[in-house]
Amino acid sequence: MNRRSISLWATVACAAAIGMPGAQAQTKAYAGVTLNVMTFTGPQIAEPLQRRGKEFEAATGAKVNVITVPYSDLYQKLLTDWSTGTNSIDAAILAPQWMPDYVGFLEDLSPRVKADTKLREDDVAPFFREFSQKYGGKTYTVTLDGDFHIAYYRTDVLAKLGRKPPQTWDEYLDIAKAAHGKDFGDGKPIVGSCIAKKRNAQSFWMITSVAGAFLQAKGTSEGAFFDPATMKPLVNNDAFARALEIYKETGKYGPPNEINMDVGDTRTLFVSGGCALTVDWGDIGPLAVDPKASKVVDKVGALMLPGTTRVLDRASGKLVACDATRCPHAVNGVNRAPFAAFGGWSGAINAKAKPQAKDAAYALFSYMSQPEQSNADVTVGATGFNPYRQSQFKDMGPWKKAGMSDKAAKDYLGAIQDSLNSPNMVLDLRIPFNQRYQQVALDTAMARFLAGELDVKGTMKNIEDTWNELNDELGKAKQQAAYKASIGAK
Amino acid sequence: MRRPGDDPVSPATVASRIDIRATTPTRSPDANPGSRAADWLDRQAGTIFIAPAVTVVLLFSIFPLLASAWLSLTRFSLQAGGYELSFVGALNYRKLIAGSQQFHLLGTAGEMAAGTWVALVAAHALLAWALLRSLRRRQAYAQAAPRAPQAATAVLTLACGLVAALLSPLGPFAAAAQSARDALDLPWFAWLLIAFAVLVVAAVAARALGAPARISGLVGRQLAGSVWLLVALVAAGTAGGQQGSLLTTLFYVVGGVALQFALGLGLALLCAQPIRGRNLFRLSFFLPLMVTPVGIAYMFRMLADMGVGPFAPVARLLGLGAVTWAQNAWSARWVVLAGDTWQWVPFIFIVLLAAIEGQPRDQLEAAQLDGAPSWRIFRDITWPAIAPTAAAVVLIRLIEAFKIVDLPNVLTNGGPGIATESMTLHAFIDWRSLNLGGSAAVAYLLLLVSTLMAVSFFHFVVRPARGEPAA
Repeated sequence: MNRRSISLWATVACAAAIGMPGAQAQTKAYAGVTLNVMTFTGPQIAEPLQRRGKEFEAATGAKVNVITVPYSDLYQKLLTDWSTGTNSIDAAILAPQWMPDYVGFLEDLSPRVKADTKLREDDVAPFFREFSQKYGGKTYTVTLDGDFHIAYYRTDVLAKLGRKPPQTWDEYLDIAKAAHGKDFGDGKPIVGSCIAKKRNAQSFWMITSVAGAFLQAKGTSEGAFFDPATMKPLVNNDAFARALEIYKETGKYGPPNEINMDVGDTRTLFVSGGCALTVDWGDIGPLAVDPKASKVVDKVGALMLPGTTRVLDRASGKLVACDATRCPHAVNGVNRAPFAAFGGWSGAINAKAKPQAKDAAYALFSYMSQPEQSNADVTVGATGFNPYRQSQFKDMGPWKKAGMSDKAAKDYLGAIQDSLNSPNMVLDLRIPFNQRYQQVALDTAMARFLAGELDVKGTMKNIEDTWNELNDELGKAKQQAAYKASIGAK
Repeated sequence: MRRPGDDPVSPATVASRIDIRATTPTRSPDANPGSRAADWLDRQAGTIFIAPAVTVVLLFSIFPLLASAWLSLTRFSLQAGGYELSFVGALNYRKLIAGSQQFHLLGTAGEMAAGTWVALVAAHALLAWALLRSLRRRQAYAQAAPRAPQAATAVLTLACGLVAALLSPLGPFAAAAQSARDALDLPWFAWLLIAFAVLVVAAVAARALGAPARISGLVGRQLAGSVWLLVALVAAGTAGGQQGSLLTTLFYVVGGVALQFALGLGLALLCAQPIRGRNLFRLSFFLPLMVTPVGIAYMFRMLADMGVGPFAPVARLLGLGAVTWAQNAWSARWVVLAGDTWQWVPFIFIVLLAAIEGQPRDQLEAAQLDGAPSWRIFRDITWPAIAPTAAAVVLIRLIEAFKIVDLPNVLTNGGPGIATESMTLHAFIDWRSLNLGGSAAVAYLLLLVSTLMAVSFFHFVVRPARGEPAA
C-alpha cells in the first residue's frame, strides 16, 4: 500500500469519524486525493503555493501537501526522487531551465493546456507561452512567474546628480562612481551599486546580465553562451573580458563585503535606501512600495538592462562598433540584451504520478496561474511571483491597490514589458546538466575572479576549458543539438 | 604448587578430555552420526547464531563504501525515465589530482619563497624524527640495547622523499617529475606500482639495518609518510598561490583542533579550581555544544556582518566598520575557524575536566605539600594522568573536524573564491549538480586523508608517547 492510498484510507476514516464534513468532501472533484508538491524553502513561491493550496483544497477536496527543500538542493532532490523511481513527489514548482534534464520524467501538458479555457493561455506573454513552457514543441510546465534581470535606480539620487537613467554599462559605472559614498538625504552615505557577488548564489547570472549585450546582437537565436554553429564557448574574447572588468568594477562602488552578499542581501540594502543602482529580478518593484519594508517608496525607477555600443565580432573575438547590420535591434546605437535569468518558476507534473493526482495537480497549477489569482499575486513582493501575463501590464488596478503610484507602476512594468518584447533576449542556458556549466564551473570561476585568485585572462581560459571538457564528457553533438533547439538556431 | 585459577583436576580427568577431542575428528566407526552432527552443531552454535547479525552489520557498513567506490569510477547521466552509470575508470580522480579540477582540490601553484623551502626541509626532518621515534621501543632499549635504528630511519625517510617527489602533482618537483614520467611514458598506475616497490625495497633494507618492526609495518609507515610529504609539497607549491579544498580542510582540522585543545584544556584547568560559582561557568562553557552547527553558522554570519550586524556599531566605533574579512582568503578562513572553535571547545573542555577531576589526589596533595611549583605539578602529575583521555578526545575531534561543512556553507558559501571550501563542501557542491562521480571521488579522497590522519596520529604520536612497542 503506497502513501497515497494510506492517506486515502485515513481521509475516509476521518470522514467517517466526523460525519458531516466527510459527506460533503465526497461530492468534491478531488476528494481524498493528496498531492505532494515540492518547491524551494520560501517564503517566496512556497507562500502562495500554501495559500492557494488551501483555497484549492476547500474548493476541490484535494489535500495539497507542500514539501520544501533549500533552493540549491531542489534540482537534485527532485531528480533523485523521479529518476530512482521513488516517485513520492507528484508535482513541483521548479525552474524551467532544468527542463532538458527533467523532460524524461515530466507529464506532457499540451492537451490539457489546449483544452483549458480558464487558463487564458493567449494572455500569457509569448516568450513564456512559446519558449519557456515548451521543450521540443511540447508544453511541459505552467508558468507561474516571469523572471528577468532588470536594472533599478534611485530616481531622487539621479535627479540630484543631474543624470539620466543609464543606457550603457559605462554610464552605469559613471553614475555608480558619482553617487558612491555621498549622502542624498538618507542620513548616511549610500553606495553606488549593489550587485550580488556571493559564491554559490547568483553571480553566474549577474555576469551573463552584464555580458549579454556585448555577446549577442542579432537576436535570441544567435546565442550568448556558445556559438551554435561550432559549440565554441563565448567566454574567451574581448567582449567577455570587458564584461568581467565591468562586473568587478561595480564592486569598487559597492558595499563592503559585497563579495559575501547574495541577491537577498543586495535587495534588502537597496530597498532600505543603501544603494543608488542595482540589478535584480522583478522582485524589487513590489518590495520597494511596501511601506513596512521600504524606505524608498516612489523613489525607484526601473529599466531594461544597460547595453553597449560595441559588440563582439565572432570571427576575430574583438569588440567592434555597432552598425545597422551588426546590431539590427540597437536603439540609438546601443545594443541591449535583456537576460531571462532563471526563466520563472513553473509548475510541472511527474509523469509517473497517479492519474487522479495528475488531474488534481494540473487543476492546482491552472488555478494559480489564472488571471483572477495571479494578477493579484504578482503585485505582492512576498510571493516571489513577477508579471508574465499581458493583462498584468495593462490593468493598473492591482498595482495601485498594492501601493504603487502611477509613475512607479508604469516605470516598473515598462522595464519588464520592454525586456519581454525585446527580440534580442538572452535565453538562459538550457542544455543537459546546465547546472554543471553555470552553477559549478562558471560560478566557481567568477568567485575566484572576484576574490583575485584569477585574472581576466585566467578566468576566461578556465571557463572555456571547463566548458569544453564538459561538452566532451557529456557528448558535444548532443549538447549542441540541445543548445540549438533551445534558442531556435538553424 | 598451584597457581590461582587452576582447576583441581586429576590426571585421569585430563586424559578423558583429551580422549574426547581425539575421537571426534578421527570419526571412530562406533560413533553415532546423529550425535556427531549435534556435536558439530554445538561447536558451531556460536558462529551460527551470530552470523546473521554480523552479515547484516557488514552489509550495512560495507555496502555504502562499495557503492560509492563504484560511483567514483563512473559518470552519471539521465535517461528518459531513469539514469545510467557509465564506467570511466579513474578519470574522476585524475581530474582532481592532475586535471581540470586540480585547482579545486589541491590549489594553484605560486612562487616559492625562501621560507617555504625552509619549511619543506623542516617537514622532511619532522618526518624523520617521527619515524625514528616510532621505531624506538623503550622497553627493548632498556633490556637489550639493539642496534640504533638511525640508519634504518634514514633509508625510510629517503624512500618517502623519493616517492613523494616522483608522484608530486604540484609543488617544486612537479615539473621535473612530470618530464621524468613523460620520458618513460608508462600508464599512471605503473608509477604507483613503482612507488610501492620502492617502499617495499626500503622496508627490507631498513629491516636489515636493524629496524625493530615488521616489513608491513615499515611499508605502512612509509605510505603515511609519503602522503604527508606529498601534502607538504602541495602546501609548499601553493603557498604563494591559492590553496585548494584539501589544504583548507587540513587547516580547519589541524589548526582548529590545536586551538580547541589549548582553549579547552585551559578552561578545564581553570574550572577544576575551587572557585566560586564554578558550576555556572561549567554550564555556560558547555552550552555551545548543544547548538546545532547550522544555527551557529547563521549566528556567526550575523555577528560577522560589518554593515548591519549587532556588533556593527561597536566595529564602527573601533574604526573596523570597513573591515572586509570576506574578501581575504585567510581572514575568511579564520572566521570559519572561530565559529568551529566556539562550538567544539566545550566538548574538549568537558572531557578534560572529567579527566582532571579524576587524577590521583594523593600524588597531587603530596606534591603540593612538598611545595612543587604548579607547572611541575601539571607536567609530572596532571598531564600523565589525563594524557590517555586527551589522546582519545583529540582523535575524536580530528575525525569530526574533517567533516566540517555547515559553517563554510552558510557563512561564505565556500568563498571568497574557493578559499573556505572544505572537502566535504567540495563534494557536496558537486553532488548537488548531480556530478555524482566527481563527488564520490572527492569523498573517497577525504576518507583516505582522514583515515591516514587518524592512523598517523596514533602511530606517530600516541603510541611512541606511551612507550608502546612498534608494530
